[in-house]
Amino acid sequence: MKYLPLIWRNLLRRKVRTIFTLASVFIAFVLYSFLMVVQTAFSMGVDMAGADRLMMMHKTGLIQLLPISYQQQIGSTPGVTHVSNASWFGGTYQDKANQFAVIAVGNNYFELYPEAKIPEDQLKAWLGDRQGAIVGRASAEKFGWKIGDKVPIQATIWQPKQGQTWFFNVDAIYDGERDFDKTNFFFHYEYLDENRRAAYGMVGWYVMRIDDPSHAAEIGGRLDSQFLNSSAETKTSTEKAFLQGFVNQVGNIKAMIIAILTAVLFTLFLLVLANTMAQAVRERTSELAVLKTLGFSNPLILTLVLGESMLLAIIGGGLGLAATYFAVGRGSFNNALLPVFIMRNRDFVTGLVLCCVLGVVAGSLPAITAMRLRITDALRRT
Amino acid sequence: MLRWFGQTLAVAALSVRTIPQRLSSSAVAVVGIAGVVIVFVAVLSIGEGFRAAMSNAGSPSRAVVLRGGADSEMTSGFGGDQATIMTEAPGLKRVDNRALASPELYVMVDVNKRSTGTAANVPLRGIEPVALQVRDEAHIVEGRMFQFGTNEAIVGRSATRQFSGVGLGSEYVAGNLRIKIVGVFDTGGTASETEIWCDSRLVQAVYQRGNSYQSLLASLDSPASFETFKNWLTTNPQLNVQVRRETEFYEQQSQVMTGLIRGIGYTIAVLMGIGAVFGAILTMYTAVSTRTREIATLRALGFNTTSVLISVLAESLALAAIGGLIGGLAAYLAFNGYQTSTMNFQTFSQVAFAFAVTRSLLIQGLSYALIMGLIGGLLPAIKAARLPIATALREL
Repeated sequence: MKYLPLIWRNLLRRKVRTIFTLASVFIAFVLYSFLMVVQTAFSMGVDMAGADRLMMMHKTGLIQLLPISYQQQIGSTPGVTHVSNASWFGGTYQDKANQFAVIAVGNNYFELYPEAKIPEDQLKAWLGDRQGAIVGRASAEKFGWKIGDKVPIQATIWQPKQGQTWFFNVDAIYDGERDFDKTNFFFHYEYLDENRRAAYGMVGWYVMRIDDPSHAAEIGGRLDSQFLNSSAETKTSTEKAFLQGFVNQVGNIKAMIIAILTAVLFTLFLLVLANTMAQAVRERTSELAVLKTLGFSNPLILTLVLGESMLLAIIGGGLGLAATYFAVGRGSFNNALLPVFIMRNRDFVTGLVLCCVLGVVAGSLPAITAMRLRITDALRRT
Repeated sequence: MLRWFGQTLAVAALSVRTIPQRLSSSAVAVVGIAGVVIVFVAVLSIGEGFRAAMSNAGSPSRAVVLRGGADSEMTSGFGGDQATIMTEAPGLKRVDNRALASPELYVMVDVNKRSTGTAANVPLRGIEPVALQVRDEAHIVEGRMFQFGTNEAIVGRSATRQFSGVGLGSEYVAGNLRIKIVGVFDTGGTASETEIWCDSRLVQAVYQRGNSYQSLLASLDSPASFETFKNWLTTNPQLNVQVRRETEFYEQQSQVMTGLIRGIGYTIAVLMGIGAVFGAILTMYTAVSTRTREIATLRALGFNTTSVLISVLAESLALAAIGGLIGGLAAYLAFNGYQTSTMNFQTFSQVAFAFAVTRSLLIQGLSYALIMGLIGGLLPAIKAARLPIATALREL
């Protein structure tokens, strides 16, 4: 640590070079953060899926519906503690472009999703209002909805008995952790079923909680075999597997992000930083020789050069990470398409580690060159 | 004037010719810019490929009819009686007194995606015999057309590449649905090639749709008769439908995805470009500082400041151009035609497509490289031009 001032002084000697190197490293880590944010957004909450929640849908796919009568049978299956239903409604608000998830759910749906934070009195109001809706904070802010507002939603799939528009009362606004989707719009399944023109008594999917996550496969298998050879055969999976399947449909986003990231880190970070360090060592050849003459050991010289490289990496990279963290931190870029547009703490920490590692990698060649310098050669060279 | 020009050319040539002497730092700029161009072209070629697969699926002389309020074929639906009324509309192409209007059903089936091994939503289209006259770009390339009235089906060529269990001769079973693939069709790589086609009666039966359809694809007399056709349908009190030209329909269906890919692609490219410019500035500063004495000598010999300025810019642009060309070429070789598939966020159905590194993308990439070179060279060029001759000659 006592050599930190020396390293710092060295950095200040070529201010222009230091600044542009820092800027390049900074941008590299802004990009790293941005790519991680995109990846988080595309992973659609797979990481936070409840291990004790199962999803059941029609065997041929989500567009086929299941009878509401299944709910009771599921509920009485050993191992299942809670069960509720949900149906995709579609729907748009005002403009066709304003699409967000509108979902009709059973009354006890939120018992299964404690992640959605709803004030007690608001939830109660919703339960007592047939036409009530619970909306996410992000959507409420975006469209300026307040408790008590009457909101018209244009039908896309389910048309009401009259006209094209459904009306709901905003009874509650739910909130949640940073990485919880806060754009959804929930309303009562009963209201949907009473007022649509077709498909009475059908729901989209069932969600259930089980008493022991390690029995998930067994309980799922038991449930599916119950409905085998019925009018609607089922497919039950953990919520995680369900979401992962959905993510996989988009394609291998992760591989793509890693490919881009490699290109970014190599060209903006390693190359520029390594070049800067190589130049610095070349410039200071005679000086390093003097230090060695003064008795600086080889490992110490190595450490000094590596330290300089790491310092550049950590300052530039750290600032880049912090800048993105705060820029997207408030969730201001949230939209219904990619509802969770945030940077996870995990990615922040990984970023810092990456900074240090790449700082060492970039500095290693110049540092070894510096260490191996023979005093006599180095002093003669200038 | 001519002399000035000659001077500038001479100095610029000198600095470009001496690039090999500053190989390692020049390589930083070249590789940096090449890296940006590769990423830029590669990411945007995904968007281009997707858009091409979608928009080429449409023809301006065809119209798509959906139920009023529906935003895709999935959410649309109308009775068979309404479909019959639609075939009476004016503006429709008719062959032997038969309207070329194809009522169709559109559902999704779970098929395993090869790349991930998990289920993906592949569209299953229920068609009638007239469909092949309307969709005249489709032709069988392997096997044969399916027989109406049976549970046979044909599958798009792209679908056979991207998904497993739907190849020629295979039998696909899910719940009550059981189809046998007897042929493979080609539509020129468009989005339709991701679909499986079978008899509409089969879909109606398995999905309990009664005598109903979801969309009607109509061949028009000519692109110009679209308005006539549309007006007749939308003013008919027996119908509640919306009519769109097929090209517009597919354009709309691809908007969200294309916008998303472009948004992400340009953000990455712009950020990376800024980073690469910093790298280029560093390179050029190094170039100027190692040539301090040379530049000062040129100035002392009477070369003017603009020549020196331009010579540094020329070097920077030359490096950028090399980087841009390498990047563009690498992206083209690595990614053009790469087959993949994704889920269209607007319809939740799979669309297979090929990355398209178009000429316009390559030109954009190269222009972007030159802009980076120009910005990267500017500050160092000014520094070089301003070098005080006396002190610079004394240096080193």
